[in-house]
Amino acid sequence: MDITVNILLTIATAATPLLIAAIGELVVERSGVLNLGVEGMMIMGAVGGFGAGYLTGSPWIGLLAAVAMGAVFSLLFAVMTLSLATNQVATGLSLTLLGLGLSGMMGTGFVGQPGERLPNLDIPGLTSIPVVGRLLFGQDPIFYISIALTAAVMWFLFKTRTGLTLRSIGDSHTSAHALGIKVIRYRYLSVIFGGACAGLAGGHLSLVYTPQWVENMTAGRGWIALALVVFASWRPWRVLAGAYIFGAVWIGQLHAQAFGIPVPSQLLSSLPYLATVVVLVLISRNKRLTMMNTPASLGQPFVPDR
Amino acid sequence: MKKLLIALITTTAAMSLAVTAEAADKFKACWVYTGPIGDFGYSYQHDQGRLEVEKALGDKVETAYLENVAEGPDADRAFERLAREGCKLIFGTSFGFMDPEVKVAKKFPKVMFEHATGYKTGDNLGIYNARFYEGRYVLGQIAAKESKAGVAGYIVSFPIPEVVMGINSFMLGAQSINPNFKAKIVWVNSWFDPGKEADAAKALFDQGADIIVQHTDSTAALQVAEERGLHGFGQSSDMIKFAPKAQLTSLTDDWGPYYISRVQAALDGTWKPGNVWLGIKDGAVKLAPFTNMPDDVKAMAEATAKKIADGWNPFTGPIAKQDGTPWLKDGEVADDGTLLGMNFYVKGVDDKLPQ
Repeated sequence: MDITVNILLTIATAATPLLIAAIGELVVERSGVLNLGVEGMMIMGAVGGFGAGYLTGSPWIGLLAAVAMGAVFSLLFAVMTLSLATNQVATGLSLTLLGLGLSGMMGTGFVGQPGERLPNLDIPGLTSIPVVGRLLFGQDPIFYISIALTAAVMWFLFKTRTGLTLRSIGDSHTSAHALGIKVIRYRYLSVIFGGACAGLAGGHLSLVYTPQWVENMTAGRGWIALALVVFASWRPWRVLAGAYIFGAVWIGQLHAQAFGIPVPSQLLSSLPYLATVVVLVLISRNKRLTMMNTPASLGQPFVPDR
Repeated sequence: MKKLLIALITTTAAMSLAVTAEAADKFKACWVYTGPIGDFGYSYQHDQGRLEVEKALGDKVETAYLENVAEGPDADRAFERLAREGCKLIFGTSFGFMDPEVKVAKKFPKVMFEHATGYKTGDNLGIYNARFYEGRYVLGQIAAKESKAGVAGYIVSFPIPEVVMGINSFMLGAQSINPNFKAKIVWVNSWFDPGKEADAAKALFDQGADIIVQHTDSTAALQVAEERGLHGFGQSSDMIKFAPKAQLTSLTDDWGPYYISRVQAALDGTWKPGNVWLGIKDGAVKLAPFTNMPDDVKAMAEATAKKIADGWNPFTGPIAKQDGTPWLKDGEVADDGTLLGMNFYVKGVDDKLPQ
């Protein structure tokens, strides 16, 4: 039983940063903006979180710094694409490249220094319940944030008026604009929310997953988060499922290897990616459904007529 | 999908250039790293070597480096760029740079090239390597003494000779102490992804291993060992700060003295393409202080390290291959060529080698 619990806990740790970053990006894309800079915002969150935690000795300050770092960094993207109407794909890609380089420079002094780790939840009486105790009451704080965040985004997008407005902007910014909705303001806030989420995901890496700072430590997780949003066809609960499937396949293949199952390790390592491709193919088979779910003005610049 | 494609292309094309000094008449020595210099592992150690060159030879040389260069054909451009920018001596520090470096070396016959951990040479291309397997034999012995379960978890990157050699040497060391010792091997197919390394360590511990060995570059696995109150070995750099209670020792690289001697030779005009394989006795392979173990184990580890420094090779027969066919006769020592191209396991390794 113990090993099952351990495996589940490992899966949760692996899935959490993907989930948070993808949920943030989902809101951004629902508002009609495509931000390919997730990887860059994530690594900035990781270096900011680690740095603040290391310098102050408090991982909680680190956590706040990670969120702030992601948000501030995304502001750069927002100004470029929303106020100056630059190409979103190009700007997003350069945001990633900039983030990877800048974080390496900022983190020079942190290399080789052990950092602070956010403590796991420990509720006397509850955490010690066999099996479910550690799963429900013994994980790191960001895990709970990620679940709450998913629920909140689900509620916000589909149950509130503001959420409806946001989705309508994503579907047709010109119509929304004609109705007097402040398209640019909504999009600014969405992009900043996405940045904060990516920053938090980065903070999870450097404050929980592997409490250390090393360059490129996100190792492509930002791109996986981006893929998850498409994979989930812009639905929050599917992002949750996708992140956990991805985590489960990944952890499962490690266990299969350690167990000595004679399947080539290269094949096992590529399983999570193969799974993504298969799901994408299955989803795109139904063209109508895909069209319905994709925010129609995704990636198109919007310049309000004056 | 288009956006993903663009993203992939751009990230693989991304590499950063850093030039530390500008002077036309100085001798320019350059390095190409596959990881970031901030990895606190393999590339970090090579860069420490570069910094030692700067320190030792001062204003006689200027150095430059390219980091995050992807292994494989893409590396061509990195080497060509450095050669065009006036680098006189270029060190390629990763196995996967072998073919690109061979190609570029032919194109620039006046530039001196050195390639680490490979086996192809040329008129202006020398190779150098470190006998990490010497250290891994000592790690194996310590693991067998310290493991209660008799099972180690071994996290590895890619099935290249360097890594296979390490696994074999580790197992030979371990089984010289405990013939029933086992290692569970997990390939993460990456040199550097702290998250994956941590996940692999957790999986191995969950399945009953109680000592972790790695042939990947980050400190993540050791941190997991520290959290679980178990033990492990560091890699490339001394990682004791990350795992003060878990690190038994660390297999560290020290390239400084070699780089200084080669750059000096190039300055003197005596540089020739070499083929050197440095070991514990040359100081290129070092074991960090033995910690968190009883004195007798420490004494044993020190004695073995000394025996190897004095010239004994861990690959001394009798050794059989994994399927039981004899490989080395009693007293026979493996030749370097076989080791550098090693693509088989020795007896006792409980894993199927990916082909």
